[in-house]
Amino acid sequence: MVTHCTLADAQDSAPSRPITNLLRRATPTMTPHEVGADPVTDQIPAIADIKVQLRNFGFAYGSNQVLKDLNVAFENKKVTALIGPSGCGKTTLLRSFNRMHDLYPGNRYTGEILLLPDRINLVAPDVSPTEMRMRLSMVFQKPNPFPKSIFENVAFGLRMRGVRDKARIREKVEQSLRDAALWDETKDRLHKPAYDLSGGQQQRLCIARALAVDPEIVLFDEPTSALDPTATLRIEELIDSLRNRVTIIIVTHNMQQAQRIADWTGFLYLGSMVEFDRTEKVFTNPGNKLTEQYITGRFG
Amino acid sequence: MTSTPLPQTEVLGAIRRRQRRSLLDRGAAMLLGAAAASSIIITVGIVMVLAIESSTFFGEVGILTFLTDTVWTPLFADARFGILPLVTGTLVTTAVALAVAMPIGTIVAIWLSEYAPHGVREVLKPALELLSAVPTVVYGYFALLFVTPLLQKLMPELPTFNMLGAGIVMGIMIIPYVSSLSEDAMRGVPRILREGAYAMGANKLLTALKVVYPAALSGIGSAYVLAISRAVGETMIVAIAAGMQPNLTLDPTQPAATITAFIVQVSLGDLPHGSVGYQSIFAAGVVLFVLTLGFNIAGYRLRKRFREAY
Repeated sequence: MVTHCTLADAQDSAPSRPITNLLRRATPTMTPHEVGADPVTDQIPAIADIKVQLRNFGFAYGSNQVLKDLNVAFENKKVTALIGPSGCGKTTLLRSFNRMHDLYPGNRYTGEILLLPDRINLVAPDVSPTEMRMRLSMVFQKPNPFPKSIFENVAFGLRMRGVRDKARIREKVEQSLRDAALWDETKDRLHKPAYDLSGGQQQRLCIARALAVDPEIVLFDEPTSALDPTATLRIEELIDSLRNRVTIIIVTHNMQQAQRIADWTGFLYLGSMVEFDRTEKVFTNPGNKLTEQYITGRFG
Repeated sequence: MTSTPLPQTEVLGAIRRRQRRSLLDRGAAMLLGAAAASSIIITVGIVMVLAIESSTFFGEVGILTFLTDTVWTPLFADARFGILPLVTGTLVTTAVALAVAMPIGTIVAIWLSEYAPHGVREVLKPALELLSAVPTVVYGYFALLFVTPLLQKLMPELPTFNMLGAGIVMGIMIIPYVSSLSEDAMRGVPRILREGAYAMGANKLLTALKVVYPAALSGIGSAYVLAISRAVGETMIVAIAAGMQPNLTLDPTQPAATITAFIVQVSLGDLPHGSVGYQSIFAAGVVLFVLTLGFNIAGYRLRKRFREAY
């Protein structure tokens, strides 16, 4: 609670951010870059406890510059939502954190994604994606359980990390299923195929799988876009229960969802971070015309 | 806006044209149906010929004797009709072939699907498929004149005709059946499943073995079943390289005849048509048919059980 106040205070007392002011005059047809915005470090809201920080981060597929000069910080153990119209680069940004782009040719990262406290640049060429992915987890758009039993799905990451101790694996699997609010439904059929579960249960299984490895960050890529409203609600409750336990970055198309679960919200447009602020600020008093137009549904 | 109604004659003409077309449609449907039915009719015909011809055989030799006698000498004066030596011959050569083709074919498939650069795969896959385009006679001589002499350097007491050499070469022949179909199955595994594995920290090899391979198991299973059917039915290689003497043994270093090799031998031989010896090839044919059918049913069951659920 104390951190909360400090952060809020820091937020209020922060000098008005020049970029945002500049952008306030921008029209939706102009990109932030066209209005001469030069994203600098003071666009980062004053966050005391930073988990991961982007510094002049950019990403390109071949000649297509998808993300440009991003400078934002993500607060430790809080939920940050990334919103924006289709093609704005929010999923591309999310997939940069765990170097998913490395699986396909033609990717080029520039700038830095610093993981704190050890300040490792996740996208540095000399950082092994496989080792780096050990520290993060990801939950995908569609449930993607492996063709294995429920138990083995959750144990997968542990086995990848060389955990052999059976008692420890069993304990961790149970704990993760409990954390994912799936234990009661699965405790009697842990060794049944994961495909027997419903879509919503499968997605919670994927969350359990992601939590089992004690990740520093969990990346959610529109985790409820394939689910019905009831299942969506359960996933949102689940994400809410993980607040203050793990850093969460979630991409969502659903602005109500961002409002419901996120502490921070970043609005991306044409590969730039147009606005990044506390969620209630973004949704009640956006500092930028573009943001306002997007959240009021005038484009996107 | 007002429109003048179509003259009656034109309407009638259109209806007549439509009727004519529907007649044509029906004709085309019948023709296509007949083409589809022909494959069923031919299959039924084969089964009937096998049943009728073998029934004369089973009129003279009891089914029990046929299935349990351990000696197969239809060409001898003292003819005995125990199918077991031919069945073991078939199963042993098939087992050797699968022991070669399944691991190699699977490894090739994993490499092609998960490791090979796009350009390399596009060249290598068709090149590999050429392996099954080589005439089997050539493979037979390859087994007899190249592989067996090579094996004899390792095992000096290996006879010139043996099931091992024939089986190995047969395995080489069916590698593309396994690799090509398995590769298709593995490449069909959705990207999101692979990404899920990578996101959990798996490397390429573990992703391939722990996620992609099991996800594609149903397709890979069909590939294995096709390979088995191909091996059970293969004739030329075993006829040339495995020897023609029926031999009840499970030792692959021994010579033996397979069901198919025996059928060739008799069809080309001088046994008079209608004799029990001649009729025996139909009984052997029935066994071959049942064996292949059994493997196919097993494969079908397997495929249903491991059906891709993603």
